[in-house]
Amino acid sequence: MAAAAAGAGSGPWAAQEKQFPPALLSFFIYNPRFGPREGQEENKILFYHPNEVEKNEKIRNVGLCEAIVQFTRTFSPSKPAKSLHTQKNRQFFNEPEENFWMVMVVRNPIIEKQSKDGKPVIEYQEEELLDKVYSSVLRQCYSMYKLFNGTFLKAMEDGGVKLLKERLEKFFHRYLQTLHLQSCDLLDIFGGISFFPLDKMTYLKIQSFINRMEESLNIVKYTAFLYNDQLIWSGLEQDDMRILYKYLTTSLFPRHIEPELAGRDSPIRAEMPGNLQHYGRFLTGPLNLNDPDAKCRFPKIFVNTDDTYEELHLIVYKAMSAAVCFMIDGGSEKEPQFKFIYFNHMNLAEKSTVHMRKTPSVSLTSVHPDLMKILGDINSDFTRVDEDEEIIVKAMSDYWVVGKKSDRRELYVILNQKNANLIEVNEEVKKLCATQFNNIFFLD
Amino acid sequence: MGEEDYYLELCERPVQFEKANPVNCVFFDEANKQVFAVRSGGATGVVVKGPDDRNPISFRMDDKGEVKCIKFSLENKILAVQRTSKTVDFCNFIPDNSQLEYTQECKTKNANILGFCWTSSTEIVFITDQGIEFYQVLPEKRSLKLLKSHNLNVNWYMYCPESAVILLSTTVLENVLQPFHFRAGTMSKLPKFEIELPAAPKSTKPSLSERDIAMATIYGQLYVLFLRHHSRTSNSTGAEVVLYHLPREGACKKMHILKLNRTGKFALNVVDNLVVVHHQDTETSVIFDIKLRGEFDGSVTFHHPVLPARSIQPYQIPITGPAAVTSQSPVPCKLYSSSWIVFQPDIIISASQGYLWNLQVKLEPIVNLLPDKGRLMDFLLQRKECKMVILSVCSQMLSESDRASLPVIATVFDKLNHEYKKYLDAEQSYAMAVEAGQSRSSPLLKRPVRTQAVLDQSDVYTHVLSAFVEKKMPHKFVIAVLMEYIRSLNQFQIAVQHYLHELVIKTLVQHNLFYMLHQFLQYHVLSDSKPLACLLLSLESFYPPAHQLSLDMLKRLSTANDEIVEVLLSKHQVLAALRFIRGIGGHDNISARKFLDAAKQTEDNMLFYTIFRFFEQRNQRLRGSPNFTPGEHCEEHVAFFKQIFGDQALMRPTTF
Repeated sequence: MAAAAAGAGSGPWAAQEKQFPPALLSFFIYNPRFGPREGQEENKILFYHPNEVEKNEKIRNVGLCEAIVQFTRTFSPSKPAKSLHTQKNRQFFNEPEENFWMVMVVRNPIIEKQSKDGKPVIEYQEEELLDKVYSSVLRQCYSMYKLFNGTFLKAMEDGGVKLLKERLEKFFHRYLQTLHLQSCDLLDIFGGISFFPLDKMTYLKIQSFINRMEESLNIVKYTAFLYNDQLIWSGLEQDDMRILYKYLTTSLFPRHIEPELAGRDSPIRAEMPGNLQHYGRFLTGPLNLNDPDAKCRFPKIFVNTDDTYEELHLIVYKAMSAAVCFMIDGGSEKEPQFKFIYFNHMNLAEKSTVHMRKTPSVSLTSVHPDLMKILGDINSDFTRVDEDEEIIVKAMSDYWVVGKKSDRRELYVILNQKNANLIEVNEEVKKLCATQFNNIFFLD
Repeated sequence: MGEEDYYLELCERPVQFEKANPVNCVFFDEANKQVFAVRSGGATGVVVKGPDDRNPISFRMDDKGEVKCIKFSLENKILAVQRTSKTVDFCNFIPDNSQLEYTQECKTKNANILGFCWTSSTEIVFITDQGIEFYQVLPEKRSLKLLKSHNLNVNWYMYCPESAVILLSTTVLENVLQPFHFRAGTMSKLPKFEIELPAAPKSTKPSLSERDIAMATIYGQLYVLFLRHHSRTSNSTGAEVVLYHLPREGACKKMHILKLNRTGKFALNVVDNLVVVHHQDTETSVIFDIKLRGEFDGSVTFHHPVLPARSIQPYQIPITGPAAVTSQSPVPCKLYSSSWIVFQPDIIISASQGYLWNLQVKLEPIVNLLPDKGRLMDFLLQRKECKMVILSVCSQMLSESDRASLPVIATVFDKLNHEYKKYLDAEQSYAMAVEAGQSRSSPLLKRPVRTQAVLDQSDVYTHVLSAFVEKKMPHKFVIAVLMEYIRSLNQFQIAVQHYLHELVIKTLVQHNLFYMLHQFLQYHVLSDSKPLACLLLSLESFYPPAHQLSLDMLKRLSTANDEIVEVLLSKHQVLAALRFIRGIGGHDNISARKFLDAAKQTEDNMLFYTIFRFFEQRNQRLRGSPNFTPGEHCEEHVAFFKQIFGDQALMRPTTF
């Protein structure tokens, strides 16, 4: 490698040579659909680092990327451009979700030489960076975001662009600081998992431990077991484990290793939570087991996002070299698959799971305003006719809205079911009526 | 109390005999387990019935006075009758021997015969108040020969036929017991021992009563059981049974104390190595198992009843003979009657009703009476007829309604496999000894007996697991149970059978848990085998990595090279197959036709060329000519080669 050769050089010039590793120049996320018209370009930008960059420059850079991607798509519709090489830097493009683009701009490594007249000469090492390595780093950025925040689309569904922007800002602001671009290599392409070699019997005992633990604590949905930062067992599927493993071994464990090494009496150690008599402790989770009021801090993670979309809490316990990750069902906070509003004109009884809180001044709903508007529209339809009727509307993304009017009672249901068809939606509503209103006579 | 609750029962077919009455005397011989009904001193007939022989022996003998004791020698060869306190009369029951009675008087002067015991078919022991006399009977000479005798004051005696040990009570307090052991014409004196008597009220003289002592073999060891009505320690009031272990060699030692926690009249039986204590006042019984964990105080182990006290299952006296015709309902039998007499090990006799029963333990009801599954398994594994009950317990603990927790399931599996492993080890060391030719030199070498407690993998698979995986249980639980069984087998170093692995794979595949399967294979939890590798191959279409896993496994097996070649050829990896077979040095023996076929199928001409050339070179090397022999059946490939590359492309034989 050129850089290595230069570094190892022992010529008279070597001492005056300065090397600068590759560095992150900028990182941004945009969706071209959000500002298709002129003058609205700023709306496309969901996240931009560094934030200090002037607005017009942001817009320009995003526009450039958009143009490159569009342009190259003409030549290869299925595989648009992945990267752009320039003398000073390299740009990497990734579209992790439809129309959501992530771009990472990396400055090429620099060698600063002292010319004979004493002036510094900067030389960009154009061919040093490996496309595949940094493309993988970019993809990993997304995977890591998704692990802790769910998909972009989910954020959009939960709270629109505003929420998505908040989440992106909150996550990437910190995460980008931990990217060590200068030390990325082949292993970042693989994103592999290192397994701890173990004899069969010990492995079976660990299996047995995990099974027993999961049986007695049925809130634990998945478990992962690591030793010496190497994986022994994962109940998670491979792709989810891959990114969780990355998080554990490059972020969570290293953060906690220093106080552990410091020994019992050191000042760093004193700040550590947990029982000092024992080396086992929660890296995430309860600070103090004996105090029921003690704060519990643990990250939320999202797994199986293509399929069942599960929201879990990650609690990590570490004792000496062994670490167990308990992935707990986020059940209590999990949104039900449906929400409904019920009203009976006869006794004015109303019931709503759509509204989270209702005070005289504000009415907070937990669904998207668009959906609320559809409910309103259905209601006006109902007012127009006297007969009982049922209206089923396919709303944006995966939502279905069902309105049911039966003998002066009205029921509105919002269902979130991916890939559902009309029949299935109808079935769901029937089921809902059977469970929530089984003592009420609903006409079919 | 439901019927399922009774765990003790009287055998279904008792030995029936004529009731005891003033003219009919009834005797029981513990050695042969025979009941003698002697009418009018034998003049009007003697009927002998044993538990096994349904054909009673009947005979008559002259009434020469009141019969005090009557017993057959082993195998019913010689009858001995005691009518006086000095003599015993004998009568041969051997064909061709004289049936005239002959008499033997005890040798010790002024001694009274307390009784006698047969120790073999021709050896008898007289117990007198002044010692014991050991005789050999010579039936053809109609006389007896004194083999050995020993003098000491005897209060009473007790005989345990299974171990051929006679216990003599000596001293004023009657509590020093002197055992003698008999074997093939020899009599050996064992160390005597003293039974500690409880502190009795001052007014009464303490003494050891014959009624409070029993002898029985429990788990192959002889024990003297002493029923102590009052505990020696003042803080517990209940009675207890003290077990003294009487070893073949060495001194007798107090080992176990069974706490009865009640007082009153008791009787003891030993059934299936369990000590059964009947309590007449409450008409219930309790059982003790000295192999179950008790409280050890440093010298003795204290045991509590295994189960809550229960009555023996109510028993209906079967109606036989003319009474059956009159459609009379069966008469319930009075249990725990004061006319019951109990003999060791498991015999209960009602002389007034004319029945002899064997006491039996029913295992099914115990399953529900003993909630601690670990203890239940410890208990069941020691019982004779345990196999089906244990299997049903296993099925039950995996059922939806009575599902046990994983730690309990693990404990049960561990206990089963502990027993299984013990048997496998015994079997193996036997096989090794046979192989080493020790069987001829050592007569002690016996093939290990497979008891019902040995439940192997096929038992558990057939009766428990295969049905269990079919049930609609959460797959997490199903897999956890299967893994727990495999873990337990591994822990006892028992090789896991292929069908168990298959069950795990089947379950995982059914639930699309391929990554889990992958991890299990990665850590070799599912042991390598050809069938498993083939199963994996079949999964490739659902889970592509299965192909790699399968090839790895075939390679590790090292006996599956042919399979590897086949797999590679089926994937059209002809060159890879050839390189592999060359790598292991097998390329001189492979069929050229097979490889050429596969190469042709790829429709890759250059590949075909390469493979063809390889075999031409092989022919050259092996036979000095590149041509294929007719036996190789490669004519069509040669033609195909010529068609594509031309005749001149064929390799020419090198000539020297």
